[in-house]
Amino acid sequence: MSATVAAYAEVGPQLLPPTRWIDEGISLQQITDDISRPMEARPGRGWWICFAFAFAALIEFAAVITYLFAKGVGIWGINNSVGWAFAITNFVFWIGIGHAGTLISAILLLFRQQWRTSINRSAEAMTIMAVMCAGVFPLIHLGRPWDAFFIFPYFPNQRGPLWVNFRSPLVWDVFAVSTYFTISLVFWFLGLVPDLATLRDRATGRVKKQIFGFLSMGWNGSFRTWARYEMVSLILAGLATPLVLSVHSIVSMDFATSLVPGWHTTIFPPYFVAGAVYSGFGMVLTLLIITRHTMHLQRYITMRHLDKMAKVTMLTGMIVSYAYATEFFSAWYGGNIYERYHFINRATGPYAWCFYLMVLCNVITPHFLWFKKARNSVAMLFIVSILVNIGMWFERFVIIVVGLHRAFLPSGWGMFYPTRYDIGILIGSFGLFFTLFLLFIRSLPMIAMWEIKDVTASSAHIAKIIEMTKHDPPQKDSEVAMNA
Amino acid sequence: MPSQFVVATFSDPDRLLAAVRTLRDHSFPIYDVYTPYPVHHLDRAMGLRRTRLPWVTFFAGLLGLTLAFSFLSYTTVLDWPLNVGGKPDNSTLAFIPICFELTVLIGGLSTVAALLFRARLFPGKKVRLPVPSLTDDIFAIVLRRRTEHFDPAMVSRLLRNSGACDVHEIETQL
Repeated sequence: MSATVAAYAEVGPQLLPPTRWIDEGISLQQITDDISRPMEARPGRGWWICFAFAFAALIEFAAVITYLFAKGVGIWGINNSVGWAFAITNFVFWIGIGHAGTLISAILLLFRQQWRTSINRSAEAMTIMAVMCAGVFPLIHLGRPWDAFFIFPYFPNQRGPLWVNFRSPLVWDVFAVSTYFTISLVFWFLGLVPDLATLRDRATGRVKKQIFGFLSMGWNGSFRTWARYEMVSLILAGLATPLVLSVHSIVSMDFATSLVPGWHTTIFPPYFVAGAVYSGFGMVLTLLIITRHTMHLQRYITMRHLDKMAKVTMLTGMIVSYAYATEFFSAWYGGNIYERYHFINRATGPYAWCFYLMVLCNVITPHFLWFKKARNSVAMLFIVSILVNIGMWFERFVIIVVGLHRAFLPSGWGMFYPTRYDIGILIGSFGLFFTLFLLFIRSLPMIAMWEIKDVTASSAHIAKIIEMTKHDPPQKDSEVAMNA
Repeated sequence: MPSQFVVATFSDPDRLLAAVRTLRDHSFPIYDVYTPYPVHHLDRAMGLRRTRLPWVTFFAGLLGLTLAFSFLSYTTVLDWPLNVGGKPDNSTLAFIPICFELTVLIGGLSTVAALLFRARLFPGKKVRLPVPSLTDDIFAIVLRRRTEHFDPAMVSRLLRNSGACDVHEIETQL
């Protein structure tokens, strides 16, 4: 029973009843059956079609990267003026996608938001896969990727006593992203353990039983363990919350600590974090709309869940819009001619179409979500979520490429045009992401069964209380005052 | 060493809670309760002490912070001081991000390790369930049967009156 339910039980009908996220009356066994079904049945046609596309893109990714390693980064469109382009855009984009997963699993846990339970497992999986996609880019972006281990300090230090530059945000990034990946993975796996035990106990095949048995670490549902487990979940959530804020802040510092006009601003950390959550929620919506449909999980990922996610998308979208406006304002008000030129160039230069596409997707699109009709329409939410993804990719492209292509000296100006290899790695990274996600929803429970069981129990409790208060008519205000 | 246990199964968490309270009122020590999800208020009903795992996080985090800061100071101040952009060798502010990340990393991993150690969970451990389908939809109270001060008939009656679906005795190792 959550705090809201307790409050409702005490104050009764004077409060609006708390939302029932899952309809009551679903038995615990039914929940196990429903959520395990996608793993036990043969995949449907929808899944195979998605997987075929994703896997083809993954193979294409591997091919392009192989060619890249053979030929070098010269096959991309980067040049002396624009040294960071698609690879870093993709890196920031994918890291950002991951942030919604941690927000849902950690921050909403701290805020005791029950609606997170239907979506947290897949959102966390999305985080891990997105960070994996992101991790590829700084590596392949290095001219000599086989020397990538140079970015880690290691013992014995074979570079003489010279160490990596710990004052550089690029090194902070290495620590931030690897810590983020590790903690997210551990948090996700820990959350899976009770469900793996459930799968172990219902598995019929010997191999399945052994695999789930090995991974579930002898979990038997002992409440003494549960009590500790809940505490550890809370602690990890408490650690992951500042961690997720730090990761995108540090990513933004890769730009903000440089002197490039358009990058060198103090607004970057909060602006990037809001953008990350916004794009991540866009991606969570896209993924969950597809999976709830193809895996028939509408009972667990309800329209109420989609509505909540749409609201968070709208809120963060407006924070992002506000950041855009602030950037323009400080460029004008700050009086720095290079900064001012950057923003004039952003809105009227050769990449202006990217800027307007970004504004269309990130500033205008979220406002459709003010309408309940839009939030209640799966098709509409799907379109909005795709536009959010497109807009946020272009936001990073605008920041990075428009910032670099016309910096201080006009003699150093240039243009960036993506080659087919640039586009190939972008598409390929989606291939990696969707292949992993599609395999995940077929092999592990994509909804946390034990958390759903917990929520249905409290739904049943709410129903009971509402039923009780119906028979016991609410006191009049005067009576309440007298009693008080 | 296998021992004798009394196992009572329930299908409803409210009845389980009531049964736990009744047993505690009659001062029967509960060996453990098994549930498919963490039932609210059961910790208080069982009289469990608050776990001390947060202390592990605190001290491991502190250790991570100390290690990170010492390492950064050693490399950039003692081992190879290098003038980067005229910043001081001991540029503490620039060390904050890495110190923070390592605090979180070591704090988080140690907490999980401590949980697994304390709860005796490890990959590949053979599971011991007092009744099957505990991880699905059954709740169970388990009491250890001892020779003195233990009236099995009374325990059984108390459990059945609180709404247990089934009460039986097993000899096993939990």
